[in-house]
Amino acid sequence: MSTPAVEVQGLSYAIGAARILDGVSFLVEAGSYLSIVGPNGAGKSTLLKCLNRIITGAAGRILIQGRSLADYSQTDLAIQVGYVPQGGADDVPFSVYEFVMMGRYPHLSAFTSPTADDECRVAEALDLAGASSLANRDYGTLSGGEKQRVLIAAALAQDARILLLDEPTTFLDPRHQHDILRLLARLNRDSGVTILAVTHDLNAAALSSDRVLALRGGAVVFHGSPCALMDAAVLRRLYEQEFHFVSHPVNGCSLVVPEAVR
Amino acid sequence: MMSPARNRPWVLVLLPLLAAGCLLGCPFVGMERIPFAVVFGSGPDPGNLRTIFWQIRVPRVCIGFLAGAGLAACGMAFQALFRNALATPFTLGVAGGASLGAALYVRLGVSFALLTVSGASVFAFLGALGSICLVYGLTRLRRGFSTATMLLAGIAVNLFFSSLILFLQYLSDFTQSFQILRWLMGGLETMGYGSVLNLAPMVGVGLAVLFALTHELNLLTIGEDLAVSRGVDVPGVKRTLFLATSVCVGGVVAVCGPIGFVGMMVPHICRLLVGGNHRRLLPACCLFGGVFLTLCDTAARTVIAPAEVPVGVITSVLGGPFFVWLLVGAPAGGLRIVRARP
Repeated sequence: MSTPAVEVQGLSYAIGAARILDGVSFLVEAGSYLSIVGPNGAGKSTLLKCLNRIITGAAGRILIQGRSLADYSQTDLAIQVGYVPQGGADDVPFSVYEFVMMGRYPHLSAFTSPTADDECRVAEALDLAGASSLANRDYGTLSGGEKQRVLIAAALAQDARILLLDEPTTFLDPRHQHDILRLLARLNRDSGVTILAVTHDLNAAALSSDRVLALRGGAVVFHGSPCALMDAAVLRRLYEQEFHFVSHPVNGCSLVVPEAVR
Repeated sequence: MMSPARNRPWVLVLLPLLAAGCLLGCPFVGMERIPFAVVFGSGPDPGNLRTIFWQIRVPRVCIGFLAGAGLAACGMAFQALFRNALATPFTLGVAGGASLGAALYVRLGVSFALLTVSGASVFAFLGALGSICLVYGLTRLRRGFSTATMLLAGIAVNLFFSSLILFLQYLSDFTQSFQILRWLMGGLETMGYGSVLNLAPMVGVGLAVLFALTHELNLLTIGEDLAVSRGVDVPGVKRTLFLATSVCVGGVVAVCGPIGFVGMMVPHICRLLVGGNHRRLLPACCLFGGVFLTLCDTAARTVIAPAEVPVGVITSVLGGPFFVWLLVGAPAGGLRIVRARP
């Protein structure tokens, strides 16, 4: 059996008296696609940030590629794990190419310039993310969908085999949502990148992931296949709301529709 | 593949030439015009022009260049660190501490020199070190090494020291009060090679650290979370930046007084010229800052000769209107990195 890409054991994190994560445990196989769902404030983004050490001080154990997170230097961790934040910064004074080149930071040392190999890796990352045509654009002039592609390219330029994505399709129109989901599916399927994506889109989670982790109040309330998530009782427990289910007209997968409001 | 708008290699070729021209030409300019033949000739020197050139003007120009380079580079680093257009090298209270030290020296009425360093500079540097320790300690009191805590601690320390300076001025007689006020305006008068030797290592260390951290400065510009996820040890980098730049700024302020605006406006001008990438921006800031302060000082000692205008007045007179232009009329991109946060 191969080493899991990510293994989390009893992860808890609190800010003052507020418990953000409460004994979260799960395992993600290398090369798989995990969607993380749950209501607002469930601790999804915090969980991603703990995995990437953007947030420190959580109790419990995190293993990345079988090695404890505590044993990684920040640079070594960046070579394993890439992070794509929600939206990203707006006031970035760099061209797209320069921005993606910053993803090569873990491979550079002080006083050195990027090498031909770094330039090659950046070109590959831009190509993989479908963002080659944006290379000369100013980052600040990009649309939401373009920014998301560039953020993914920058994470890929790190050579990371694990991608953490925080709501990668939020604020995007349906076409751009579809483009980003297709890109992630391609990276996962063709390049074997392990993906952990936080999302509020249950249907996207059902259609794109191998497994789904559902959090509520900082605790895991569901961890299983997307088909098993599409269950009235599970979703009621998760969101305290009733959902209706329909079948996808092409692949027959169960999808949810909310209750009508009028 | 770099954006054409940001790729202006001629600027980084022109700036060293400009700096060389400035360093070589400015010592000849002043109240007394000094002919080239007198400086490098071996004939008689009735007006002591050779002495004026070598012992007064050359070290003064060197100090101006070093101080300008140090202030501009540290201002650039602080603007990246705080992601704030209004950050200056003095934001963290170093100038306040140094000014308090110098004011205390004047008020105590003592007079001494330590090797080649004047008593005022010694007191000012100790004041700067005190403020660095205070801000560092206050920041460490909170968990982590938060930029927001560091910024607020710096502002609080600066305000506190400013109040103490006012109190010292209130307790001082007219002469002492004028001396304190004059020191606060900044200036490069009566500098010798000793001051150059004192300042060079502190500015050198600060700049060396910044040149080693250009990748990290780029990443801090796009936000701490992304910087961490790219592999930057953000707390460690912040600590290193804080200490290195503070010693550099402390050294400059101890020797020259708090010369304003250089550290804020030079990085903005350079950003307009070469873009936001610190690998180009840092050398541009060093060279442009050095040239700018040297030219300001040359103007300070010539515009109303034989009297001198404090160089801090010149930089502020230029800096105020420039900053207004930057806010309302700069080409797109002028303040983009560095959004102003109140």
